[in-house]
Amino acid sequence: MAEKPVAIELKNISKTFGSVVANHRVSLMVHEGEILSVLGENGSGKTTLMNMIAGIYYPDEGQIFVREKEVSIRSPKDAFDLKIGMIHQHFKLVDVLSAAENIVLGLKEKGRYDLEKVTEEVRRISAKYNFDIDPKKKVYEMSVSEKQTIEIIKVLYRGAEILILDEPTAVLTPQETRKLFAILRKMRDDGKAIVIITHKLNEVLELSDRVAVLRKGEYVGTIDTAEATESILAEMMVGKKVTLNIGRSEPNSPQDRLTVCDIHCMNREGIEVLSDISFTARAGEILGIAGIAGSGQRELLEAIAGLQYVDHGQILYHDPKTGKDEDLCRKKPMQIRELGVRLSFVPEDRLGMGLVGNMDIIDNMMLRSYRKGHSFFLKRKDPRTLAQQIIEQLQVVTPSATTPVRRLSGGNVQKVLVGREIASSPTVIMAAYPARGLDVNSSYTIYNLLNQQKERGVAVIFVGEDLDVLVELCDRIMVLNGGRITGILDARKTTKEEIGLLMTKTEERAVNE
Amino acid sequence: MNKEMKQHHEQHLRISKRDHMVFWKSWLIHVTAILLALLVCAFIIVLITGYNPLEVYSSMWEGTFGSARKVWLTMQETAMLLCISLAVTPAYKMRFWNIGAEGQTLIGCLATAACMIYFGNRMPVYLLIPVMFLASMAASAIWAMIPAVCRAKWGTNETLFTLMMNYVATQLVSYFITFWENPVGSNSVGIINSISKGGWLPELFGQKYLLNIIIVAILTVLMFVYLRYSKQGYELTVVGESENTARYIGLNIKKVIIRTLVISGALCGVAGFMLVAGTDHTISTDTVGGMGFTAIMISWLAKFNPIVMVLASFLLTFLSRGAGEIATALRLNQSVSDILTGIILFFIIGCEFFIQYKVSFRFHKKEVKG
Repeated sequence: MAEKPVAIELKNISKTFGSVVANHRVSLMVHEGEILSVLGENGSGKTTLMNMIAGIYYPDEGQIFVREKEVSIRSPKDAFDLKIGMIHQHFKLVDVLSAAENIVLGLKEKGRYDLEKVTEEVRRISAKYNFDIDPKKKVYEMSVSEKQTIEIIKVLYRGAEILILDEPTAVLTPQETRKLFAILRKMRDDGKAIVIITHKLNEVLELSDRVAVLRKGEYVGTIDTAEATESILAEMMVGKKVTLNIGRSEPNSPQDRLTVCDIHCMNREGIEVLSDISFTARAGEILGIAGIAGSGQRELLEAIAGLQYVDHGQILYHDPKTGKDEDLCRKKPMQIRELGVRLSFVPEDRLGMGLVGNMDIIDNMMLRSYRKGHSFFLKRKDPRTLAQQIIEQLQVVTPSATTPVRRLSGGNVQKVLVGREIASSPTVIMAAYPARGLDVNSSYTIYNLLNQQKERGVAVIFVGEDLDVLVELCDRIMVLNGGRITGILDARKTTKEEIGLLMTKTEERAVNE
Repeated sequence: MNKEMKQHHEQHLRISKRDHMVFWKSWLIHVTAILLALLVCAFIIVLITGYNPLEVYSSMWEGTFGSARKVWLTMQETAMLLCISLAVTPAYKMRFWNIGAEGQTLIGCLATAACMIYFGNRMPVYLLIPVMFLASMAASAIWAMIPAVCRAKWGTNETLFTLMMNYVATQLVSYFITFWENPVGSNSVGIINSISKGGWLPELFGQKYLLNIIIVAILTVLMFVYLRYSKQGYELTVVGESENTARYIGLNIKKVIIRTLVISGALCGVAGFMLVAGTDHTISTDTVGGMGFTAIMISWLAKFNPIVMVLASFLLTFLSRGAGEIATALRLNQSVSDILTGIILFFIIGCEFFIQYKVSFRFHKKEVKG
């Protein structure tokens, strides 16, 4: 492999967003005529890194060499001039234009576009790599796979020799994936350098020549695919066992609190996002939910909270006071509350769903409770006391209780949200990525709060992405993969590698359509 | 090496969002903006008319405060503009783009005029005035509710819908003007009940406009309290800030949208009622005269704070009255006064940029790349 010329080399690239380190001293290399996989969990900085090659971001530190010459890529145009093309996960096409029009859009040519010539050229590229495309078809009439094809032809038309694909198979069916891989191999044999970003182990093994692994923004290493196995890659991806010392107590006489039976949900496009989900959350226990982002975690929590329409199935709440079972399925959040179900929910989108950014801490405190009483007017006395309490007990750093929450840092925003949700003395708490973007201390504050709730006999459902935390904090871990449960494990006995495999392995049936 | 690359990339002008600005600083920026605007206006005046700018400004002042009558007129116009601004505020705070206040107010005018024409001489005053009041509120509330229901139920675009409703309202009024024509052939309604004064709002202390001004003052306080201290005001703020949060806390978003627009419309009805029964005693398609649109600007300029809206509507009234005055007194073209109004508004709205954003300059010298 060494005799092939180097297409791109990154040396010690770092990029931070505010206090979040997206990439820290990452170095990697791609040769011409080679497919390199960039593998990593969500938030490991894969996309950020590739965006720096494509000219979307500019690195804080480090050097980029293209064909052995140092370059500074400041815009996507610079990238194109260097014959680098990126196919983003979310397509950037104009729906009402045809394939050919989309392909030439934005190119600077004198006079009018000669669409006939473009069509010819598109046909030539298609024939060369076996693309199946009608250049005159409008984008809105196309399937997802066809749209992706246009994105690829678009960069080829611009003469790209180095192609970067961001999770290209996320939206494809297995048949389409096979077709795409055949095309990518053909391009490789044609001498192009190809980088694909992915978190699917089987694809890495099937397609690529070498694999570069990132973990939490750090570069772990590159190995030849021939020497790799799923378990080696999973270990590189999730890392060696880290002891976090999150105090975990034995569950205190766990009782069933929430039983989910066989629920199915569709998203707006009619694609099934949850299928055959059945599990039980017990009081006095933390149930972890692991999975690659977008495996149905959000939909599951929202279905329980009454925010996501459930096609069929049952969500049974076992009331500890009355001993009765209530079906929460298809009930609105208000109706659930009226049943006396004390359900707290810390959503993933803190400022867009859990809180109102422009309101102050006091007003955010009463989001859930302001209706109390028959008065036409708001009572700010209790929320004010609660706000003061939370600020003191959770050490929220804020100028005052009347500061809009959007001005607080991520960790403090989360403390306000979690504090409010706990204050309503719930029987079930659902928390989605409660420690995302938080520094170590704030994260531990949140974990300890959840632990306290568990000891109080609350059923805690914790959706996490950091496997170390999941293994240390939870009692049981449920793994979601493509909207299905691939396993429910005992957190005290399992390993990260086992979870990692359940998260990433692709069974034919787990892919939709 | 790294340092050089970074420097190479760095921008000279950086714009970043401000977190917060102390009270006096934002006032300072506003005052500076107005002074700058007056300065620019002075240049324009000298350039295109040759008049002494001070003379023009004093003439504007004259037009607003020149006599007791002018002061009352200014206050009346401020009150009307303020009333419609108050009306649109709950909707905008909920981020419902209601540009139909013009039509909603006009429908209120129409309802008031109809009551005056049909019941004016048949009902006792203590019954007539409440009937007129309620009828105009109801008519305007319905006018605002139609787009609200369609938006809540089917997600129609409220901006287009409310805009179109303006034209419908104008055409309806125009139809009734022909229907009620008095005297025949004049193509106008004339002064309604000019002899019996049936349905005319009473004069307080001999002041024709005082009652209107008092009503609007009360409404201002009520709206301030409603938005800040009531549960309904809280709900509409949450819906406006984030529909997802509203869903999350179990709010019935449709109900909030419809309820808010009914309130918004009803207040437009009050404005229409006062315009016809209190001020004009007649109706034409021009009775509202664009105030429904100016009100939108006032509401946003005041950031939905009813108390600040008093200042904003006064400023707008001052500009329009002053503009009218220089057009007649100095025999300047109306366009000149429009230019001045435009410049002043441009500066006031433009200075918001410096309140929202921080602009910093960075000059780098030396260090040649290589």
